[in-house]
Amino acid sequence: MVGICSFSGYVPRYRLNRKLIYQAMGWMNPGNIANAKGEKAVANFDEDSITMAVAAGLIALTGKDRSKVECVYLASTTMPYKERLNSNIVSAALGLNDHIRTADFSGGLKAGTTALLAALEGVESKRLNNVVVTAAECRLGKPASPQELILGDAAAAMVVGNENVLAEFKGSYSVAYDFVDHYRGHSTKYDRQWEDRWIRDLGYDQFVPEVINGLLNKYALKIEDFAKVIYDCHYPAARKKLNKVIGIAPDADQNNFQTEIGQSGAAQSLMMLSSALEEANPGDKLLVVSFGSGCDALYFEVTENIKKRAKNNGISTSLTNKAFLDNYSKYLVWRGILPGEGGLRTEEDEWTRWPALWRSRKMVLGLWGTKCRKCRAVQIPPQKVCVNQECNAVGETEDYLFSDKVGYIESFTGDMLAATLNPPAIYGQIKFDGGGKMMFDFTDCDLDVLKTGMSVSMSFRRKYYDEKRDLSGYFWKAVPFKEEN
Amino acid sequence: MADGIKDKVAVLGMGCSRFGERWESDAEDLAAEALVECLEDAGIEKKDIQAAYIGTHFPTMHIGKAAPPLAVALKLPYIPVTRLENYCATATEAFRAACYSVAAGVYDIVLALGVEKLKDTGYGGLPAAGVLGVKPFMIGSNATAPGMFAQLGTAYSARWGISMEKIKDALAHISAKSHANGALNPKAHLRKVITEEQIKAAPMIAYPLGLFDCCGVSDGSACAIVTTPEIAKSMKKNQNVVNVKALSVTVSSGDEALNTSWDGAHFATTRIAATNAYKEAGIKDPREEISMFEVHDCFSITEMVTMEDLHISPKGGAYEDIMSGFYDLDGQIPCQIDGGLKCFGHPIGASGLRMIYAMYEQLLERVPEERKVKNARLGLTHNLGGFPHQNVCAMSIVGLD
Repeated sequence: MVGICSFSGYVPRYRLNRKLIYQAMGWMNPGNIANAKGEKAVANFDEDSITMAVAAGLIALTGKDRSKVECVYLASTTMPYKERLNSNIVSAALGLNDHIRTADFSGGLKAGTTALLAALEGVESKRLNNVVVTAAECRLGKPASPQELILGDAAAAMVVGNENVLAEFKGSYSVAYDFVDHYRGHSTKYDRQWEDRWIRDLGYDQFVPEVINGLLNKYALKIEDFAKVIYDCHYPAARKKLNKVIGIAPDADQNNFQTEIGQSGAAQSLMMLSSALEEANPGDKLLVVSFGSGCDALYFEVTENIKKRAKNNGISTSLTNKAFLDNYSKYLVWRGILPGEGGLRTEEDEWTRWPALWRSRKMVLGLWGTKCRKCRAVQIPPQKVCVNQECNAVGETEDYLFSDKVGYIESFTGDMLAATLNPPAIYGQIKFDGGGKMMFDFTDCDLDVLKTGMSVSMSFRRKYYDEKRDLSGYFWKAVPFKEEN
Repeated sequence: MADGIKDKVAVLGMGCSRFGERWESDAEDLAAEALVECLEDAGIEKKDIQAAYIGTHFPTMHIGKAAPPLAVALKLPYIPVTRLENYCATATEAFRAACYSVAAGVYDIVLALGVEKLKDTGYGGLPAAGVLGVKPFMIGSNATAPGMFAQLGTAYSARWGISMEKIKDALAHISAKSHANGALNPKAHLRKVITEEQIKAAPMIAYPLGLFDCCGVSDGSACAIVTTPEIAKSMKKNQNVVNVKALSVTVSSGDEALNTSWDGAHFATTRIAATNAYKEAGIKDPREEISMFEVHDCFSITEMVTMEDLHISPKGGAYEDIMSGFYDLDGQIPCQIDGGLKCFGHPIGASGLRMIYAMYEQLLERVPEERKVKNARLGLTHNLGGFPHQNVCAMSIVGLD
């Protein structure tokens, strides 16, 4: 049996109330009031599609043997690198083997389901097993555009394999059209779209029924056979009409989280599927339909294993962990839309030394430290000479993973002098369960709730963006546990 | 068997420029200002100097790297000149190198000079300037000096169960005392008396440190000419001579940064350096024997913790000494008698020698009555370069022969 063995969803902590956006930019496009309902999820200043994919991937891999992963896919239309394989960064951050296959899926918004299909069919071919599929998106709408309100940031991940399958893959059907509802050119920052009426009346109204009917006919199924139909259409009226035309009952219509997260592009279908799996029962048939440059329809049947699944891994957990961005201009600065004066400290020119990064890649990308083979002392960053003064063995180390360890705050500060897009810069010493200590930046937290002794988990983040050379550097930060906040 | 530096080297003369925002002066000008005073005090000419050690921390922002630029600027006469750098301990290291070269019997008269021009950097605080190297750029936190030292506050509070309010009271007393001392000193950078209330109400720089918990970012230079005690005595007949009693440097081993045993609330290096210094100087009870301190008060919390690490206040008990006025100018052991880094100023590469200068002028009773330390016989200076978890501690003890 081939299918989904594990799943997760990730929503960044910050939410922007759409009313705030409309209050700031509605004067320019009063008709946007129709899109100004609810909130949109906004990546923190140190998050991007890579880091959110890692966050989702780490949750999906909880309790899994990472050494058995043979392949990592990343789907996104907002990858930080055009050349430098983004999925390699994701793979390294997930702490996976070097001897695996990796690939980026991009271009159209259906890239998420296409990556999932590639994983499922790879496992079906018996040439691959335990494939991590991640999808993440941070699309930008220009201020005052409908997209600014509609789009949201999110990620999801699935582990595809042939053991302990939660949802068996039963089949698929695809359509591919050069239907240009949205596009971004080679160097375009903001999403551009054609008229809504055309997207709704031709795009969604034609292609979604077409791909669903194609799948139903192919497998001799009826729409009523499906407990959930998971399809991507953010227009409320068009959705209503489609439900009626296709025959999707209200309780089979999977929530698209438009008012909680926003349209999350290539991550949308996997994020919705992840949410549906949280609620699924054995025997449920699920139909997943993506939209963007065509459609993929995937058909799953939920197994008995769903009862044994790990909890707290879906979108629902992420959704409860939220903080409101108190102002719209902060969002603009974080996304590089509004240039803010950060002072001289932001202008220091430091080069990324690629050979140095290459040598330290396990530490920097994967948060691997070392364990001394002689005295078993655990240390981070990796040390050639054991730090234990009684030992001081040279070169007697083995890899030791820190990214999955719980740490405790030993000291902290909130620094108003440090250059950051989210002042104060919060950082401190973290002591790890099982040994090891290092100073880390903190993120996704507020200074006034911090206390020494609080526990933290580690999160992969963008450490810097080098504007001059257009490159993102990554490392790990500490995130205080939510229940103690 | 090595038996230390005690009474093997004497200070023949010292000089110190006015510290502050010296917009009108190059680093070279500041160094010349200190050197002119020093030569006059020593009673020698430049040609008598046999070797020189010069210290700067950010040379690429003023004089440039290596020794020649400053040697040329000061017209040092074809002598060995070495530039050295060891964070905020730089000037003490220059002094140590000069003393050791005299003690080794290689030279008779050696110059140690430190200089720094920070006000051309354009920064509030110190620039990063890539000084930490490649790895911290990849994996270090987005930290500044105040944030690194501020963590002593949160860790100290946790370690000793002392409330942040109480710690803030002690920090305010520390800074108010240094402002009071600095106000009396014409060469100091910050010369305004500030109340504890003003200090506590100042804007936050790095929690829990506010603006007045941070030292001055200054331009300045200080220097010393050292020789053997015999030569000093022959040149300074019927005058007091200041001898070097101890020079102690300790550098972190990685234990604090990487091991889980360090509590983040003290300086492991200072504790060891202090023990070594007292031993070298033959001091058995430092709380009773030392007359005055210049410690590395880059931030008020550093001073608070350091007074414990120097084995003067009990561990976890600095609060009582600070609040009782033990370290005030009229207290039992005055601390930061010239205003300290806090108010005299902190041009990184000059500070260690400026501290020794403060001891020197007190020991020779060259200061006006209003800022005189009573019965000054033995002074201790303390530099801390780097960060609490990874640093170099450099100390000197100087005293009357």
